[in-house]
Amino acid sequence: MLHIKCPHCGLRSQNEFAYGGDATIKRPELNKEVSDLEWDKFVYLRKSPRGKHLELWHHISGCRQWIKVQRDTLTHEIFKTLKADEEI
Amino acid sequence: MQKYSLFSLIKNAFSNHQNWEVAWKDPTPKKEYDVIIIGGGGHGLATAYYLAKEHKITNVAIIEKGWIGGGNVGRNTTIVRSNYMHDENGLFSEFGMNLWRNMSQDLNFNVMFSPRGIINLAHSDAQMNVYSRRGNSMLLNGIDAVLLNREQVKEIIPMADFSDNVRFPIFGGLMQPSAGTARHDAVAWGYARQADAMGVDIIQNCEVVDFDVSGGKIKGVRTSKGDIKANKIGLCVAGSTNFLAEKLNMTLPIETHLLQACVSEPIKPILDKVVTFGAGHFYVSQSDKGEMVMGGDLDGYNSYSQRGNLPTLQHVLTEGIAMFPFLSKLKMLRTWGGIMDMSMDGSPIIDKTHIEGLYLNCGWCYGGFKATPASGWTFAYTIAQDRVHELNAGYSLNRFSTGHLIDEKGLGTKTWIS
Repeated sequence: MLHIKCPHCGLRSQNEFAYGGDATIKRPELNKEVSDLEWDKFVYLRKSPRGKHLELWHHISGCRQWIKVQRDTLTHEIFKTLKADEEI
Repeated sequence: MQKYSLFSLIKNAFSNHQNWEVAWKDPTPKKEYDVIIIGGGGHGLATAYYLAKEHKITNVAIIEKGWIGGGNVGRNTTIVRSNYMHDENGLFSEFGMNLWRNMSQDLNFNVMFSPRGIINLAHSDAQMNVYSRRGNSMLLNGIDAVLLNREQVKEIIPMADFSDNVRFPIFGGLMQPSAGTARHDAVAWGYARQADAMGVDIIQNCEVVDFDVSGGKIKGVRTSKGDIKANKIGLCVAGSTNFLAEKLNMTLPIETHLLQACVSEPIKPILDKVVTFGAGHFYVSQSDKGEMVMGGDLDGYNSYSQRGNLPTLQHVLTEGIAMFPFLSKLKMLRTWGGIMDMSMDGSPIIDKTHIEGLYLNCGWCYGGFKATPASGWTFAYTIAQDRVHELNAGYSLNRFSTGHLIDEKGLGTKTWIS
C-alpha cells in the first residue's frame, strides 16, 4: 500500500487516489501550428523511467485535487508531493 | 541432442536418471555473433529458435540478465487464445494457434497445451451485441467463436453466480472453444533446449549495460560479461524496454506497469474452461495441480518493482468472488507480479527501428504469453529478412504518428486505466 501525502489533506492511503500518468508531459501551445511529430510526442511517447518519476495523482476520494508526486518506480519510495501548479 | 521419448525415459531409468544430457549449455560468450537477441524470455527464445529453424541462422546469442524462465514467461497465467476482433490481432494470433497445436511435437517437449476453451462473460445486452460483433469478426478470420446465451453458459459453468439478486447478472458469453492453456515453463524450456541444440548460445546472468551504435548502425552491445559484436540485434525485453531504449536515446509509445497474478490452494477439478468476468477485469482457470489461477487489473501506476500491492489484488479478487462465489472459501497459495510493456493502443510492436540492424519487439501488454510462438516466428523473419512479414506489418512502430492504431479494447492511450 502506498501512502501519499496530499499537499492539501496530509498523509492518505493509496485507495483514495487515482493515477494520472507522467506529469512532465507538456501540451503543445494552444493556437499555434502543431506538427504531427510534436503531437505524436505529446500523446504517445513516454520515457517511463526506472527510478525517479514525476507523476500526476488525483485525490478522487478526498479533496478531489490533482497533485504531483515524485516517486521511485522501482522501490515505490515517495520523495516529494506538490500542488498541481507547483514545479519541482 | 538426446530425444525425449518413452524409450529414453526407460533407458535412463536403468542408470537412476544420472546420465541425462543438460537441456541447454552454459557457454561463455563469443566475441561476435550474426544476431544477438536481448532477453531470454519466451519471445526471445522463440525468436532464436525460428532464426535457426526457419532461416538457418545459428550463430546467435541470447543475452539474459537473469535466468531462463525467471521473467514474464514464468509469471503469466498461461492462457492461449486468438479471440480478437481486429484483423491484425486475429490473423497474427490464429497463426500462433497453429504453432501452439504442434508445439509439443515440434519442440520434443510436452508443453501441456490444453485447448479447453475460453469464455468471456457478458453482463448486459449491449455487451452481448459487442461480443456478437467480435465473434463474427473472428469467424471471418477463420477463428472459432460461439455466442452462448445464459442457459448455455449455465450448462458449462454451473458454479458461477446465476442467482437473481446479483449486481452483474450473466447474460451470456463469447466462447473460443480452441483456446486454452499451456505450461508456461515448458514453453521456455522447450524453446531453449531446441535453440541450444541448433547452435544458439544462451548466455544467462549477463546484463546489457550499453549499446555500440555508430553511423546510424548497430555494432554490438556492452555487457557485464564484456563487449559482444553483432550487426543485427533484436530487443525483446518486455517490461525493461523503456529502460534499454533510454540507452539508445529512443522514447517509445510504451509505459512499464505491474500486473499481478495469484493461485489458490489446490482443489479437486471444478473448472474445465478459462473464464473471464465481463464487468471488470478478472480471469481464472484451474491448473493441472488443481490450483485456481487468477489475474486481472494492473496495479495502475508506472512500476518496475515486480512486486504488487494489496489494494489491486483485493479489487481483482472481489470481481472473482462476484463471478464465482465459491472462490471466497479458498486460501491463497501464492501471489506475484511481473512488469508489462504497456503500449499506447494495447497492441504490440514488432518492427525495424531508425537504427540499422536494431529490431524491436515490445508492447505486449497483458497478452505476451499466448503470442510467444507467433511473436518469435515473425520477429525471426523480420530480423533475418530485414523487413516485416505481412503478419506483423500492422505492428509497426510508426503507427502512432500515422494514426493506424490497433485499439482492440478502445481504451485510448491510457491502457493502464482500470
